[in-house]
Amino acid sequence: MKLIIAYIQPQKLNSVKQELYREEVYKMSITNALGCGQQKGYKKSYRGVDIEVNLLKKVRIEIAVNDNFVERTVEAIIRGARTGEIGDGKIFILNIEETIRIRNGDRGGIAIG
Amino acid sequence: MNPEITLLTNSITMIWLVLTAALVFFMQAGFAMVEIGLTRAKSASNIIMKNLMDFAVGAIIYWAVGWAIMYGGLKEFFLMPDIPGKGALFQSWMFQVVFAATAATIVSGAMAERTKFTAYLVYSLFISGLIYPVSGHWIWGDGWLSRLGFHDFAGSTVVHSVGGWAALTGAMILGARKGKYVKVGQEVAVKAIPGHNMPLAALGVFILWFGWYGFNAGSTLDGTSSYIALVAVNTTLAGAAGAIGAMITSWFLFGKPDPSMSLNGALAGLVGITAGCLVASTTGAVIIGFIAGIIVVFSVRFIDHVLHIDDPVGAVSVHGICGVWGTLAVGLFATGRREGVTDIRGLFYGGGWHQLIVQFIGVAVVFFWVVATTVVLYMGLKWVTGLRVSEEDELLGLDISEHNAESYYGFQIFQNQ
Repeated sequence: MKLIIAYIQPQKLNSVKQELYREEVYKMSITNALGCGQQKGYKKSYRGVDIEVNLLKKVRIEIAVNDNFVERTVEAIIRGARTGEIGDGKIFILNIEETIRIRNGDRGGIAIG
Repeated sequence: MNPEITLLTNSITMIWLVLTAALVFFMQAGFAMVEIGLTRAKSASNIIMKNLMDFAVGAIIYWAVGWAIMYGGLKEFFLMPDIPGKGALFQSWMFQVVFAATAATIVSGAMAERTKFTAYLVYSLFISGLIYPVSGHWIWGDGWLSRLGFHDFAGSTVVHSVGGWAALTGAMILGARKGKYVKVGQEVAVKAIPGHNMPLAALGVFILWFGWYGFNAGSTLDGTSSYIALVAVNTTLAGAAGAIGAMITSWFLFGKPDPSMSLNGALAGLVGITAGCLVASTTGAVIIGFIAGIIVVFSVRFIDHVLHIDDPVGAVSVHGICGVWGTLAVGLFATGRREGVTDIRGLFYGGGWHQLIVQFIGVAVVFFWVVATTVVLYMGLKWVTGLRVSEEDELLGLDISEHNAESYYGFQIFQNQ
């Protein structure tokens, strides 16, 4: 069992969701996040004065999957979020020790799906 | 008449028209708030810029050429020459420029969230400088439609339908916002793109209603008219009946009374009574407004679900369709009892079909004039400057992509749509 965490551009969430849907990955958690990486931010202006925006708006996607789903999930996120420009985001994959479904106490791989 | 009484009458009218012009001007704020409320947060500053600039650009072009085409002679471009005793001319310009701006700004809502700002500026020039003044001249400037007996008291057709039809062609040629109509196999799924601030939309509707007292009651063009109060009463009743009509219709169709549809319904009732607010009786005003409120809900559904034209604020339904209804309603509900102003009599008051046919001719002529000219205008803009922003810019929001600005700085509003 792996936890896939991806940070993507907010406006790409819809196309990522569509790609995941196509790969039959229906479960995810989405949170808004602020962050910066290599992109370092952008300049905006307010009444003619520059504002440096360092922390950019990103969307954080968390998806817990069984091992055989990891690659197709990652591929789907990349297909949906990639533009080729700096700022497209990152994907992290973590091990999950245990998964428990609260409703009936299921444990392990069966609780994820 | 005694010269002192004439002077007094003229003064009262001068005050009345400048005051009501200010009320109509305030409707610009109403339009801006309605449009912002019913669209997404990421384009709010763009909407402010459009609503500010269509008035600013429109006022200048209406001063330069628009008013002269509509009312003056062609010698009166730029309100020239500046000679004493032209108070009546300035009075007319001041009252008319705010109507021209109303027609222009209706379009902004239908084309929201995807139109290139430069294209919108050019559009503002043409509607206030040419399209609105020409059809306005036919009806209000002693042109051929007014001589035919066409009656549009405060502008259901002259102002609202002109704006509504320009909005229709604009929204059609632009295409829908991304994600509004999604193809699923052979079917097209209609998605909702909810507005981000219903309180602002409601404030906008109340401001519009407030301004409408200037719009209709001011159109008596006479501060000593005994019909001012009747016009204001009819305006109130029709707006109220429109809101009720739309509320009941939405309740029936959707299971709950829908706030934004009820707001649209109030506007629909007001647009509906605008043509007939002088000639209709108070009962007539209630019926006209109520039917307008029903029409607007079905029209919004039809344009969205059947025609698949993306009109975020319902401008085509409120101003175009209900403008037509209000104009035709004159041919049905005119009482024929407005001594000294007009003697038109509608079908329901024993006037026969004549007035209804004349009203229909006016509606049709304005429809074809506006559709033809705006299609040429938008297609030309599409070719010269481009009409629509890129898909990337649309996703990012027009605030950042068109103006490099943000509307809700410090708030964490994320747009994932």
